[in-house]
Amino acid sequence: MKRTEDIDELKALARGLRTDILTMIHTAGTGHPGGSLSAVEILAALYFAKMDHSPTRKPEEVRDKFVLSKGHGAPALYAVLANCGYFPKEELARLRKFDSFLSGHPYAPSTPGVEITTGSLGQGLSQANGLALAAQLNGHDSYVYCLLGDGETQEGQVWEAAMTAAHYRLGKLIAFLDNNELQIDGWVKDVMNIEPIGKKWESFGWHVQEIDGHDFPQILAAIDKAKTVTDKPSLIWCHTVKGKGVSFMERLAKWHGTAPNADELKKALAEVNANG
Amino acid sequence: MVEMLAPRDFYGKTLVELGKTNKDIVVLDCDLSGSTRTSLFAKAYPDRFFNMGVAEQDMIGTAAGLAAGGKIPFASTFAMFASGRAWEQIRQSVAYPRANVKVVASHGGITVGPDGPSHQAGEDIAIMRAIPDMTVIVPADAYETAAAVRAVVEYRGPVYLRLPRDKFPVVYKEGKTFEIGKATLLRKGNEVTFITCGLMTETALRAAAELETEGVSAGVVDMPTIKPLDVSAVILAAQESGAIVTAEEHTVIGGLGSAIAETIGESRPVPVVRVGIPDTYFSSGSPEELLEACGLTTVGLKEAALRAVTLKKHPVRVRE
Ligand SMILES: Cc1ncc(C[n+]2csc(CCOP(=O)(O)OP(=O)(O)O)c2C)c(N)n1
Ligand SMILES: [Mg+2]
Repeated sequence: MKRTEDIDELKALARGLRTDILTMIHTAGTGHPGGSLSAVEILAALYFAKMDHSPTRKPEEVRDKFVLSKGHGAPALYAVLANCGYFPKEELARLRKFDSFLSGHPYAPSTPGVEITTGSLGQGLSQANGLALAAQLNGHDSYVYCLLGDGETQEGQVWEAAMTAAHYRLGKLIAFLDNNELQIDGWVKDVMNIEPIGKKWESFGWHVQEIDGHDFPQILAAIDKAKTVTDKPSLIWCHTVKGKGVSFMERLAKWHGTAPNADELKKALAEVNANG
Repeated sequence: MVEMLAPRDFYGKTLVELGKTNKDIVVLDCDLSGSTRTSLFAKAYPDRFFNMGVAEQDMIGTAAGLAAGGKIPFASTFAMFASGRAWEQIRQSVAYPRANVKVVASHGGITVGPDGPSHQAGEDIAIMRAIPDMTVIVPADAYETAAAVRAVVEYRGPVYLRLPRDKFPVVYKEGKTFEIGKATLLRKGNEVTFITCGLMTETALRAAAELETEGVSAGVVDMPTIKPLDVSAVILAAQESGAIVTAEEHTVIGGLGSAIAETIGESRPVPVVRVGIPDTYFSSGSPEELLEACGLTTVGLKEAALRAVTLKKHPVRVRE
């Protein structure tokens, strides 16, 4: 399993993840490219650089855990898990197929490396809190990470969970907000405005850092900083671009849940791999 | 004089006993710990108790996360809010990944009384039973509750355990054992059999005793596990008595009565008369008044039994 904090190496790994994401969604003929592409750098920084994890560790062994609360970003998670060796990369071609262990949304019992089952938005952060509380009770020195969509924060349960994490001082909980400004029906600010989002999290008792969610040095530094905050949960507020890396997909709600056809895939992969 | 005991008291006490040796047990509640009796656990083991505030959806999600972290979480609140407000969290975060979460819902059924229909959970068994991989348990009394709590700790997987608020007459003795998915034949009868859960089991025993003095032989089967149902006990009752009456403190739609009717319809069709909460909302009132309004009384059950016996002899025909 590749582990690195070298920025060029991380960028190369991110290109590989984008290639896998686009290819698997094309092969499936269905899936969510926009929100998978906006989360690539966050996932790469966690799985290739910062998280304490390994595919050979037994289920009961101590490790950092990740919860993809915006479960429709599953292709990004599956790509990173396959690249870390949790399962063979060929399996990515079976995304969303009948009887495949790569369900449309993450399902912990079937997929190696998936810790928590999601897909219904708004439910992941509560479960991340539960994992963090369990780790605390066990005296484990491990972190729990969680990735939320910006549209997802319209769910009331997210704010119940935000309160819980602060109330129980979950200092080893680090959440990321994938603030790509889009949801299905359009711009988040038009559908149901969530601003001022950073202030909301701060007022709920979280430590908040605002960064560019595609900039590796900023992501790595923010994770290090979040770890120094031990008495509150941390939110890393990431400004991102939905569909990042593929110009014709960027900032378009249309690409939330549409699979690229063969031509589009070809163009997309050429772009992703040219931008190296 | 029959002993009157509150199942929720035994829930709280049993949790404290089990928590002493089993350090994996953790308990969550939504600002109702005094009512659900999880306050006993909170007092004994404060570091393993989490008050989640009035936030049922977050409680279920947090419990799912604790289970994923290796704990055995018990999540308690009133049945209305546990099953209703958090239904989708139970479906998605608990049952679908088979998380080892025990949802223990107190104040189930119509006997919460004075609080009114907003608090009278009459649909919980139906909506919990519809979820794949869910186990649904409604104990007959306080002793069966204690035994059921012990059994669900040993069982690995999601459970919905429903308790009432009030003290009710007991059916069993201290030390009763419990096996998930197993019914108990309490009384044999060859003309009609009551299949019951919750406090209706004791009512059915009284109805059956009265029927005997009136020359009708009625059996009673306590069916505390509504899912997975003890199918062979149901078929045996149908075979031996040829008529069934179900009684439960739950709507007649989708609960124990429906589960029995489904099973009998697909195996050994005999008349099934369901007694439960009719398809309506009532009002505030005392538990006795509300049970009476539903026919969930000795008199109501006897009438239902006679109707079932009549149906067996003279099936209803549709007029042309
Ligand atoms: C509870 C729930 N409601 C609706 C949906 C359907 N849905 C899937 S993605 C999505 C929009 C999510 O937007 P956002 O959180 O901003 O995700 P991203 O932009 O990162 O893709 C919706 C409404 C869902 N999965 N869960
Ligand atoms: Mg978005």
